[in-house]
Amino acid sequence: MIQRGSQLRIGVYICHCGSNIAGTIDVEALATWAGELPDVVLSRHYKYMCSDPGQELVKRDIQEFDLNRIVVAACSPSLHEPTFRRAAENAGLNRFLVQMANIREQVSWVTDDREAAFVKAQAHVAAAIRRVAGHEPLQRQFVQIRPRTLVVGGGIAGIQAALTLAEAGKDVVLVEREPSIGGHMAMFDKTFPTLDCAACILTPKMTAVRQHPNIKLLTYSTVEAVEGSVGSYRVRIRRRPRYVDESLCVGCMLCIEGCVFTKARFPNPFDQGLGSRKPIWVPFAQAVPPVPVIDPDVCLELARGKCQKGCVTACGERDAIRFDQEEVVEECEVGTIIVATGFRPFDPSVIPYYGYGKYPNVYTSLEVERLLNAGGPTAGRLVLRDGSTPQRIGIVHCVGSRDRNYHPYCSRVCCMYSLKLAHLVREKTGAEVYNCYIDIRTPGKGFEEFYNRVQNEGVHFVRGKVADISQAGPVDRPEHSDGHNRLTMSVEDTLLGALRKIDVDMVILSVALEPQEDAGDVRRAFGISCSADGFFLEKHPKLAPVNTASDGVFLAGACQGAKDIPDTVAQADAAAAKALALMDAGQVELEPNTAWIEEEMCSGCKTCIPLCPYQAIRRDEERNIAVIDQALCKGCGTCVAACPSGAAKQHLFSEEQVYAELEGLMSYV
Amino acid sequence: MSDPTPQQMHSTFNPRVVAFMCNWCSYTASDLAGTARIKYSPYARIVRVMCSGRVDPTLVLKAFALGADGVMIAGCHPGDCHYVEQNYKTIRSVTMLRFFLEKMGIDKDRLRLVWASAAEGQYLAESIDQFVADVRQMGPLNWSANWEEAERPTDDWEELARDTACVEVPV
Repeated sequence: MIQRGSQLRIGVYICHCGSNIAGTIDVEALATWAGELPDVVLSRHYKYMCSDPGQELVKRDIQEFDLNRIVVAACSPSLHEPTFRRAAENAGLNRFLVQMANIREQVSWVTDDREAAFVKAQAHVAAAIRRVAGHEPLQRQFVQIRPRTLVVGGGIAGIQAALTLAEAGKDVVLVEREPSIGGHMAMFDKTFPTLDCAACILTPKMTAVRQHPNIKLLTYSTVEAVEGSVGSYRVRIRRRPRYVDESLCVGCMLCIEGCVFTKARFPNPFDQGLGSRKPIWVPFAQAVPPVPVIDPDVCLELARGKCQKGCVTACGERDAIRFDQEEVVEECEVGTIIVATGFRPFDPSVIPYYGYGKYPNVYTSLEVERLLNAGGPTAGRLVLRDGSTPQRIGIVHCVGSRDRNYHPYCSRVCCMYSLKLAHLVREKTGAEVYNCYIDIRTPGKGFEEFYNRVQNEGVHFVRGKVADISQAGPVDRPEHSDGHNRLTMSVEDTLLGALRKIDVDMVILSVALEPQEDAGDVRRAFGISCSADGFFLEKHPKLAPVNTASDGVFLAGACQGAKDIPDTVAQADAAAAKALALMDAGQVELEPNTAWIEEEMCSGCKTCIPLCPYQAIRRDEERNIAVIDQALCKGCGTCVAACPSGAAKQHLFSEEQVYAELEGLMSYV
Repeated sequence: MSDPTPQQMHSTFNPRVVAFMCNWCSYTASDLAGTARIKYSPYARIVRVMCSGRVDPTLVLKAFALGADGVMIAGCHPGDCHYVEQNYKTIRSVTMLRFFLEKMGIDKDRLRLVWASAAEGQYLAESIDQFVADVRQMGPLNWSANWEEAERPTDDWEELARDTACVEVPV
């Protein structure tokens, strides 16, 4: 093992990365230059350092030339640092005696000025050489993984992930904010392109969740706080009172019948407000758990304290109604977390020219899903608010999507669900359907075929973005003498090259998918980032699509970006597999860069203690020094920056190491 | 980058800027800028730290002493720190440090604090361009060479206390 002060023998490797680096930087000249720097024993350049022969080169050189420090100037350390650390370790060198210089992402790819790029590459290589000279061999640290996963969100993503994990024999805690699991999928009538009934394929999975012995289902609950790190997260879950005891209720729903409100008169959020409910209600017939919930704002007993309590009478001996139920906070410990919090539909009322919220017959796509659904407010009959059946229906694509005023991104599912709705409304009512689109995007298995089918069914397609929807007096067509107002869609048909005004009875706005309202709070609680569109950010867009910047926290479903059900299910299983891989390995390597205290230098000033957000630093009263718990330290190094005596040090980021890096960065060029 | 003005004395001067970037947001943003082939000034040299909170004032001073004309510290947005709240501590130390830089003969604007999330490659590249342009306008610092000739910092502690009371907090 190399000791500090013993002779340094540094090997430098410059990667061409094909032409990614070599196209901008003269790698040969760089290698020659680096070879002449102090302590550098050999300096090579190679086409692909990350390839097997590239790694073999490093291994062979370590053994042949007795190298004791390695510098690889290539891509970002976030990509290949583990690769070269492993290569060094295989050759008998401590893995932490390797340093990478990022000359691809931070040099060759970001400038066209070859001369300046060469100088910057020299600076980064010199910095890495100086820095690695001060590296010390470190022990790898591991932490145990608790074989239990928290799944946040009970939509199809969360359900799928929970079931996969539970079937693999792992414990799962599934937390859902709403009274029932099922998410948006439970609201849909049919799913594209196969036209499977959404409930028929979803409800068996929901029931399986409820019945699985390995799944603890917490509905009507939210995650309040998350502490700890990969392997052992401590989670606080706030359980809102249902006022119905879940363990006693059998789901007979007699209490709903027994409620003193004989008519349901409060808007049902599950039906997008189109249907109504009583103060005691379930979102839909197949709700899981099949346990009603009481709305304390409108329940006479809870709001005013005086009611005949028909629900209690109806419940009878079961005695499951509990008006004294209170909010409780449960704590649980898990090793891994899957975030599957989904999306929310875009609110089109912010687009004034579409008249949503102003004209009664302008609907969102999700509202129409509920109207078409046999379990919905109209029992599956597609009728307007006045009870009449629409004869002409307009579907407006890209509402809130592909629009720089709202969301620049494509929501991916709207084209397909608009086609599906076109098919369904035509099937149910025989109406003339006008789909106004910018582009039809149908990339998916069976999607283009479905598009062709809907075209052949006689649905009209108008290529153009609807500019305006207006309501102009009662309908004058004879078949519609019932007096409801006609809507006119103004659209430029770009294939016809003409402005068209299309009269319809009903407009369906195909709204965008956007991040949940509280996505910001959720991502902060779990320590994950978001991309510019507000959806949660994966660790790598191609190679780590379900990982996040926080180890042990994975993403599934539309919280990561708009996607359809097949993609969501695939991603949920991927997230479950990632969590399983961690749990089956049983342990995970910790970041090596923890902080520690050089005891002789610590004066016991306590500056560092309040700076640590993890309470990893405590004061040893007897010796009057600070002590850092290596298991709790996450390695940010803030205490190191603040220590007035230089007693706090950070592995791989010690003062000397960063100074040396700066010297290298500034001195050779 | 702003257009050079006739008053710009040092338009041909290429400054050396050291940019400390936190591993989780800003360093990732700089990787993203690279992956997206966003071009920005090659005069900023990047040092990776785990957290902007690790940027000890002495690291900044060391960079100036070694010949840097400007130092940038880039971290996660407030509230988004990978280490909960450590970037707030960066705000504190940078506020203090900018004050002392003036006392040490360095224009406080040669130290800049930037927040760039892991998705903001474009923004980070623009921030680097802007900073390099601003430092170019300020001209070479050459702190270590000028240090001997410069006036010693004030010993007037009353003045120091008065100035401290009104330091600006960067937002």
